[in-house]
Amino acid sequence: MTAGQWLRRVGFYVLIVLIAAFLALPVLWLVFAPFDRTPTLATSLPSWTLHNFATLAQNPYALRSLGNSVLLAAATMVLVTGLGAVAAYALSRVRIPGRDGLLYGLLLLSSIVTGTAAMVPIFLLIFQLNLIDSQLGVVLVLSGGLLPAAIFIMKDFMDTTPRSYEESARVFGAGPLRILRDVVVPVVRPGIATCAVWTVVNVWGNFLTPFILLRSPEKSPAAVVLYTFYTEGGQPNLGLISAFSLLYSVPVVAMYLFVNRRYGFRFHGGIKR
Amino acid sequence: MADIVLSRLVKEYAGGVRAVDGLDLSIADGEFFALLGPSGCGKTTLLRSIAGLETVTSGRIEIGGNDVTALQPGARDLAMVFQDYALFPHMTVRDNIAYPLKIKKVAKVERHGTADETAEGLSLGGLLLRRPGQLSGGQQQRAALARAVASRPRVLLLDEPLSNLDARLRLEARTFLKRLQRELAVTTVFVTHDQAEALAMSDRMAVMEAGRIRQVGTPSAVFHRPASTFVASFIGSTPTNLIDAVVDRDTLTVAGVVVPLPAEALGEVRDGEELVFAVRPEYLRLHPEAVPGGLPGTVAVVENMGVSSLVSLEVAYGAAPVTVQVTVPEGEEPEPGTRGWVVAEAGRVLLYRRGDGLLVGSPAEPAPEPGADAAVSAGR
Repeated sequence: MTAGQWLRRVGFYVLIVLIAAFLALPVLWLVFAPFDRTPTLATSLPSWTLHNFATLAQNPYALRSLGNSVLLAAATMVLVTGLGAVAAYALSRVRIPGRDGLLYGLLLLSSIVTGTAAMVPIFLLIFQLNLIDSQLGVVLVLSGGLLPAAIFIMKDFMDTTPRSYEESARVFGAGPLRILRDVVVPVVRPGIATCAVWTVVNVWGNFLTPFILLRSPEKSPAAVVLYTFYTEGGQPNLGLISAFSLLYSVPVVAMYLFVNRRYGFRFHGGIKR
Repeated sequence: MADIVLSRLVKEYAGGVRAVDGLDLSIADGEFFALLGPSGCGKTTLLRSIAGLETVTSGRIEIGGNDVTALQPGARDLAMVFQDYALFPHMTVRDNIAYPLKIKKVAKVERHGTADETAEGLSLGGLLLRRPGQLSGGQQQRAALARAVASRPRVLLLDEPLSNLDARLRLEARTFLKRLQRELAVTTVFVTHDQAEALAMSDRMAVMEAGRIRQVGTPSAVFHRPASTFVASFIGSTPTNLIDAVVDRDTLTVAGVVVPLPAEALGEVRDGEELVFAVRPEYLRLHPEAVPGGLPGTVAVVENMGVSSLVSLEVAYGAAPVTVQVTVPEGEEPEPGTRGWVVAEAGRVLLYRRGDGLLVGSPAEPAPEPGADAAVSAGR
């Protein structure tokens, strides 16, 4: 190896290390700052303490908001995967004119529902429905926004399932819902798991919708409560924010690990096609 | 167990394509029946119509004397094995076999008992806890069969049951299927595009083309007396020689050679009528020297087929030479380029009318006439 090649390789690795460090710093901050008595925006080895977590435990809304987040995410996930699976199955199997146009249209418009642009009409709609300050309202709005994409993803999975599976079950006397439950859902389980995780992550991270539709702090999810952690002087309370952020990210990471292990994309052996 | 009667069955797809075109067919109780035809002839549509997976446009389907035309597939008491077997990939072999019983609400212990017993009978005993993906092609086929017969259906439908197996396994599966069908004595309809399968396995067969049945009969009748030039060219592992011929009073001129008119054609054909002279390569004899009534030609190609060889002979006639194929036994292969004369064995020549391609004289087993249906009805 010539000196030039050697230098080039060293330079390459230095560059990689720099990029990795750049990406790792915020994560390191998230790990260190919660345990620091006086956290700053810089990442530094803390003087270890659990003081921030003790303060957090005394906050009346902090832990409760995590529970609220779980509730919202779970309810939306059930609604989106449940309705999405049925709709995707129907759209995958029934030929109606303009089906693809309908799907693309819904997909395009859905980003508006959970976005900023439609917030005023959605607020008015929820107000008319008497669902302001109700978690049901948040769940419905989020489900509405996430359903089209979920249907789209699941329909794709269902399209690749051979029809002969269903026809076989039909000949044995199974009805449509039974076929969906016994055959289609188990076969497209990776797709459904994908949608479920994706829904949970979306709801977990959504700030705007619950912020606008919920009034009482005891109903707010973690994303909204995080926003309220200021010191008396109006400065962000970095100790509380970092400790809460750590707690806030743990469930999502745990879910990823669990789902990946349990439902990870594995090969379902069939016949060569 | 049940017979199947189809009357005036039509299946028309959107766009006016008639996959099944006014079809009448009776399949007897316990019969092993083959639907044979080239792809796109409507045989699979017909099978799916019997299963109820296709709604027919018009006509009637009766199974065991009951009109099932409007019934859902599950209410027809039949089972079907699909070309890709359609075993559920997320269930074990046992759960797959027991699934039809589960739908019929048979208790778990009982349905597992039946599944195990059926699997044992099909030598799947050690594979019950495996998933379909862990089975070989032949095992998957047997698992699909076990699932189909475990619920003791009145009718068994098989869609190209052997086409996903390799050539060697296919022969074994053929024997196995035939034996299984005989043991169960279940009315079985199977679809195939392979004429050898249909001939080997079925009790009776129907040859289909363009949504219609061209001939129904026993394999031997269809093989020996194809009802039309279409059937003649479709049946047999070597293609039948079809050569234009003209009637000349009580003789026949084939490619310029005068041969005697077959006895059965006497009185059936007019002088000067244009016919097609048909004879299988197996029923032709190749002579190295001139013989009376022999078609002279030059050996073009010799194909070794194991115990025999297929010789292609070019017979000079008119503008383009006519190719005649003849099989010769092992050890008697001629050299390419040598002259040869072929003569048909007595009684093996068939004549078809040039216009409609139909057989001169009647097929050995005439297709069921309208009266035959009535006889079946009366017998019930």
